[in-house]
Amino acid sequence: MSSNAAPLTPRRTALDALHRVLGATMTDFAGWDMPLRYGSERDEHIAVRTKAGLFDLSHMGEITVTGPQAGRLLDHALVGNLSSVGVGRARYTMICRADGGILDDLIVYRLGESEYMVVANASNAQVVLDALTERAAGFDAAVRDDRDAYALLAIQGPESPGILKSLTDAGLEGLKYYAGLPGTVAGVPALIARTGYTGEDGFELFVSPADAEKLWQALTEAGSSAGLVPCGLSCRDTLRLEAGMPLYGHELSTSLTPFDAGLGRVVKFEKEGDFVGREALAEAASRAQENPPRVLVGLIAEGRRVPRAGYPVVAGGEVVGEVTSGAPSPTLGKPIAMAYVDAEHAAPGTPGVGVDIRGSHEPYEVVALPFYKRRK
Amino acid sequence: MSNPQQLRYSKEHEWLSAAEDGVATVGITEFAANALGDVVYAQLPEVGTTVTEGETCGELESTKSVSDLYSPVSGEITEINQDVVDDPALVNTAPFEGGWLFKVRIAQEPKDLLSADEYTEFSGS
Repeated sequence: MSSNAAPLTPRRTALDALHRVLGATMTDFAGWDMPLRYGSERDEHIAVRTKAGLFDLSHMGEITVTGPQAGRLLDHALVGNLSSVGVGRARYTMICRADGGILDDLIVYRLGESEYMVVANASNAQVVLDALTERAAGFDAAVRDDRDAYALLAIQGPESPGILKSLTDAGLEGLKYYAGLPGTVAGVPALIARTGYTGEDGFELFVSPADAEKLWQALTEAGSSAGLVPCGLSCRDTLRLEAGMPLYGHELSTSLTPFDAGLGRVVKFEKEGDFVGREALAEAASRAQENPPRVLVGLIAEGRRVPRAGYPVVAGGEVVGEVTSGAPSPTLGKPIAMAYVDAEHAAPGTPGVGVDIRGSHEPYEVVALPFYKRRK
Repeated sequence: MSNPQQLRYSKEHEWLSAAEDGVATVGITEFAANALGDVVYAQLPEVGTTVTEGETCGELESTKSVSDLYSPVSGEITEINQDVVDDPALVNTAPFEGGWLFKVRIAQEPKDLLSADEYTEFSGS
């Protein structure tokens, strides 16, 4: 059994008892027992788009990297240029294998001159921890497993700044998207980050598990008049899908490089020093230019049947791609999907593209991602 | 949640009403509706077709998955619930009432159905 196999008994977050009191439908997710939804996932989705939603994301994996060469270690271990990130800012990046395959996508927060927090997907946290630990050899930096040190709550949606502001003196106005600052929320010490995975404005709050319930209750109370509701992972998935955000295991995998996923921009060849995967990624980049790989596109259904991950994309009776994520979109009122599609069928508006839904070819419109972009 | 006493239930979580003039109504249980999550699309059998007890006769799409619909009884479809076709969320809000799925002229008395109490125990609902 490998070290990253899901334990037989799912892990429970610090908010577990509260979820049960709230009547959540729970689901096993990457070895964690997590809220799937509390009531209607569609209502939860719409609350985040129009008001605010509160999520328990404590399954995410926090890894702290400290030391004089913390930045240089991350520049070597990840594809991004992390030493150039300012203190208090965050960066979306990836960790790849030597062959360029994506091990995980990450958000890295620079907490101090010589301190970073790497946030990995729950399903990959052990893999990322192991890789960082191995890649730290020779650097004056330490890699620390902080998965048990944090609970993570997210408040997302247009009302979230107002709700959070009522509970903190921290300067939220100066806190830009992809920035994080230490502060106090409802009397609880927290790292307040303006990040999220919903396509809305919002915040992620990293706190001690011992404080998680107090913070959840305070946010619930402060947000009730603004329409804040507890939200599960089901609506998080439809929210990120509408926002065109990739999900590891769906749009990203070890068999794809960032260039195959249309995310080559996260690879910073210009940074100093060598990094894991550089050679393979340079080849992948030139290959992608000469011979465009399948393109990640959006598909919007003309009918009502919902495409699911793994369904073939078809054109003229031939398979030209594969659906990676699909769901009924509450915002569009139609089924939508992300799919990798052969370059010649990937342009928005390409006629004759469909999805093979359990044997019947249903017509779909090819669109550019994202499906949804919030008004700023 | 409680499963109405006057209905009979299949292990695939459909319910069947008592027949009136040989025609009975079919839907899915509240337990099943809750497990599915928001139903967004119902593909129901066509009026005039025949369905067979224990065999698939349509599908229900929810946010997370698609589930086959099994007929709890054999017979001919006499009516489908157009309200559910137009607004599939009715399956979630009123699974035993306005969210019924189709009516069937019973050709043969079903063999494997449960009483309300048996179904409650079976589903743990």
